Amino acid sequence: MTTKLLVANLSDIDIKGSRTIKIKETEIAVFRLTDGSVLAVENKCPHKGGVLSEGMVCGTAVHCPLHDWKIDLRSGRVQEPDEGCVVTFETEIDQVSGSIYVTI
Amino acid sequence: MTTSKKKLVLIGNGMAGVRAIEHLLKLSPESYDITIFGAEPHPNYNRIMLSSVLAGGADMQEIVINDWSWYTDNNITLYTGHKVTKIDTERKKVTSHLGIEAAYDVIIIATGSNPFMLPLPGADKEGVIAFRDIHDCEVMIDTSKKYKKAVVIGGGLLGIEAARGLLHLGMEVNVVHIHPYLMERQLDLTASKMLQSELEAQGMQFLLQKSTASIKGKKRAAGLAFTDGTEVDGDLVVMAVGIKPNVELAKAAGLEVNRGIVINDFMQTSIPDIYAVGECAEHRGIAYGLVAPLYEQGAVLAKHLAGVETAGYAGSVTSTKLKVSGVDVFSAGRFVESPGTRSLKIQDDLAGTYKKIVIQDGKLVGAVLFGDISDGAELFASIKKGESVAGREKEILLGISSDLLGQSSGGNRLEAMADDEIICGCNGVSKGTIAEAITTKGCNTVGSIKSCTKASASCGGCKPLVEGLLALYSGDSTGEPVKEGICGCTSLNRDEIVEGITSMRLMSTNEVMNVLGWHNAEGCTKCRPALNYYLGMLYPEEYVDEKESRITNERYHANIQKDGTFSVVPRIYGGVTSPADLKKIAEVAEKFEVPMVKFTGGQRLDLLGVKKEDLPKIWAELDMPSGHAYGKTLRTVKTCVGNTFCRFGTQDSIGMGIRMEKAFERLNAPAKVKLAVSGCPRNCAESTIKDFGVIAIDGGWELHVGGNGGIKVRATELLTIVKTEDEVMEWSSAFLQLYREQAQWNERTAQWIERVGLEYVKTALEKQEDRLDLVARIEKTLSLTTDPWKQIVETDELRKNFEKLSTAQPAQI
Ligand SMILES: Cc1cc2nc3c(=O)[nH]c(=O)nc-3n(C[C@H](O)[C@H](O)[C@H](O)COP(=O)(O)OP(=O)(O)OC[C@H]3O[C@@H](n4cnc5c(N)ncnc54)[C@H](O)[C@@H]3O)c2cc1C
Ligand code: SF4
Ligand code: FES
Repeated sequence: MTTKLLVANLSDIDIKGSRTIKIKETEIAVFRLTDGSVLAVENKCPHKGGVLSEGMVCGTAVHCPLHDWKIDLRSGRVQEPDEGCVVTFETEIDQVSGSIYVTI
Repeated sequence: MTTSKKKLVLIGNGMAGVRAIEHLLKLSPESYDITIFGAEPHPNYNRIMLSSVLAGGADMQEIVINDWSWYTDNNITLYTGHKVTKIDTERKKVTSHLGIEAAYDVIIIATGSNPFMLPLPGADKEGVIAFRDIHDCEVMIDTSKKYKKAVVIGGGLLGIEAARGLLHLGMEVNVVHIHPYLMERQLDLTASKMLQSELEAQGMQFLLQKSTASIKGKKRAAGLAFTDGTEVDGDLVVMAVGIKPNVELAKAAGLEVNRGIVINDFMQTSIPDIYAVGECAEHRGIAYGLVAPLYEQGAVLAKHLAGVETAGYAGSVTSTKLKVSGVDVFSAGRFVESPGTRSLKIQDDLAGTYKKIVIQDGKLVGAVLFGDISDGAELFASIKKGESVAGREKEILLGISSDLLGQSSGGNRLEAMADDEIICGCNGVSKGTIAEAITTKGCNTVGSIKSCTKASASCGGCKPLVEGLLALYSGDSTGEPVKEGICGCTSLNRDEIVEGITSMRLMSTNEVMNVLGWHNAEGCTKCRPALNYYLGMLYPEEYVDEKESRITNERYHANIQKDGTFSVVPRIYGGVTSPADLKKIAEVAEKFEVPMVKFTGGQRLDLLGVKKEDLPKIWAELDMPSGHAYGKTLRTVKTCVGNTFCRFGTQDSIGMGIRMEKAFERLNAPAKVKLAVSGCPRNCAESTIKDFGVIAIDGGWELHVGGNGGIKVRATELLTIVKTEDEVMEWSSAFLQLYREQAQWNERTAQWIERVGLEYVKTALEKQEDRLDLVARIEKTLSLTTDPWKQIVETDELRKNFEKLSTAQPAQI
């Protein structure tokens, strides 16, 4: 079963920044990109579990703060030559209120 | 058989004339004996860059186009500081005011124009100048050292650029304009108002719709009095109200003159063998005041003189770009609506952008852009081509893509462009020159084209076209390996980037990545922090640090650990603490259940395992500065006991260490910086493996540099020996600043010194005046730093990033 959750407002997250939210056992990192989109992934690097929310956002990717793996936030895939994938969550923005929804 | 060369005399050593000569030398190097007279005492320089000189983006040497040796290498006889006062068309010779005579077969007159000086009462007072040449620039720079207030008369392009420069020089500036809005010849009301508020935000003040009656003051200007009875104070008055072609000489020689010297499509004047080019000339009723058309004239003239067949010059459509940092303005063609034209506009007050296109008979005839000028070059090219845009107006307004303009693709449009069409107006680089650089000189990046041809090196407005040409021609290049840059996002190295930033006065990481052609629009973890550092280092006062381009440790002012927790190191200057501080640290550690408290390698206390959301609270309770224990910045200054207690100590190493730590804390550097001070040669603080190590000796201090105890151990080398603590400060400041200015991002002093050699460092620091310059720059930078811990504790907006989002609620549907 999937549920749609209201997690934040656009103004809560800086551009090229992120905030986190814990839902049950999973910590989710919600990123706001320069192009206006908001993307959400599990806050755990496939390499050694680095907290992705603390990494630097470049375009649609985040660089893990621990060992600089580059993870595409749209697909959740790690950039070659490294391997791995993080779970991504569907997001939605209400353009009028700025509400951000994440579907889990 | 010897064919004797023809004698060519150029009058006016400026941009248009010399450009024509450069062109001629390429086409026909052997046909003429060339003599140049120039009234200014300098070799040929880029006049449009004077604005950058004033604004601090370039120095005088950098704006020289052809240095003295270029003239000798090309066998040109050059008389600078010589004003030609007479052209004798009977005996075919010219005479300078210092009595030099030169016979000619052909003359090119390129005397440019004179600034128009309003004939106001008091205009002859000291402190009243124009903005035209190097001398005016020097006067402004000198005046700013003695006086505080300036007034610029004229709110056009030049006036605004002058005002921006004066602001940069630290003066208070009022711009007086007779019209109700600024740059009325280039902008419409909307764009102009946007420009005005942007400039006001930069500190400029405007007095619009004011007509000046007289200049106040006794011997020196003291301000202006207006016709409406009001006044404004100013010790310097810059008139930038227009120019008039410099035609005195031509008139006296009997040439036909209107506003400018009348020329035909081959730059011929009314007297055979005398040509005119540039701002002094009038072609089909127009005297141009911008470089691009003058270069187009020059190209035609050169071909004509070289006997190469060419179509005549048919006039130019011009475009304008304001060279003021932080403000993007572009206008081209006929942008004011008139009967028969239609205009489309789009304005976004949030983003601060505005765009207007003007259409006549289905063709684009003009455009105004504010805020985002990235479409400028494309629009301009379309205007020049005069192609039909019928049916596609809206798409063009909303966002241009190269294949929207012209029936064919953007590539084809560039392909169809004539070889001698100018791509880079600022530097007069033609399409052919760029194509040649790509195909035969192996230039395969915008950066290398720039360094090879100067295209896009000044205002950067033509970069999209240069990129287009690169895409067009690099296909057939020989597949040269692309040069390695500082990271995968660019092929430029550190020096090229820093050069680009300063010469074009780029002001944000985004702008750098845009203008210098990054492959990844938002860069990566290697280049973004590097750019952020270089910009902050180059513009300590203006640049606003981008926290999102800093590495994690610097964004959170604590060291991120493998489990996502952080560690906190309060500052303990020189390693000396007090029972009270120790108690405070202990209490905080207990209260927040810090899992581990440890002494660091640098004699400080580390609280390890702190949760991110606790960071601001811990800082608040500690109330001790820090936030720099893990950044690319000054870390600690390690000290030994010194003569305070130690029986061997010869000097106060603790005092020295504390003084240095207090002076340099919060300093950003290319990499982490560690210092140490030992009280005697026993060197208990291990100063010889630090970036800057100080060791006391009897009656003095040894200064050691370039040590590293990290990955690759390196012992320091002795820089010098000094006597006093003040000298230690002077040398350490100068050394650190030199390192900050010269090293690559992430390069420790040890690697840097191995790369450049100790001798380089020694020479750079040898003279006291050089050291004091460096000291002044580091002190400026240091005076602007703040304690990020305090800031975060005090600002809600900054603190939010440390907190988790509150619990999610199911969506209400
Ligand atoms: C501050 C500033 C910023 C500018 N910014 C831009 C810009 O962004 N874009 C742009 O396109 N244009 C800009 N311009 C305009 C541009 O610089 C001129 O259009 C261009 O320099 C004109 O070239 P020219 O050769 O005709 O004249 P000049 O470059 O002025 O050269 C004329 C030379 O002739 C000399 N001379 C005059 N009379 C005699 C004589 N009798 N004997 C010997 N020598 C003589 C003068 O001393 C002068 O050096 C700017 C101008 C200024 C002043
Ligand atoms: S370096 Fe010299 S002064 Fe300092 S503690 Fe060691 S012995 Fe004492
Ligand atoms: S844990 Fe993310 S790169 Fe190693």
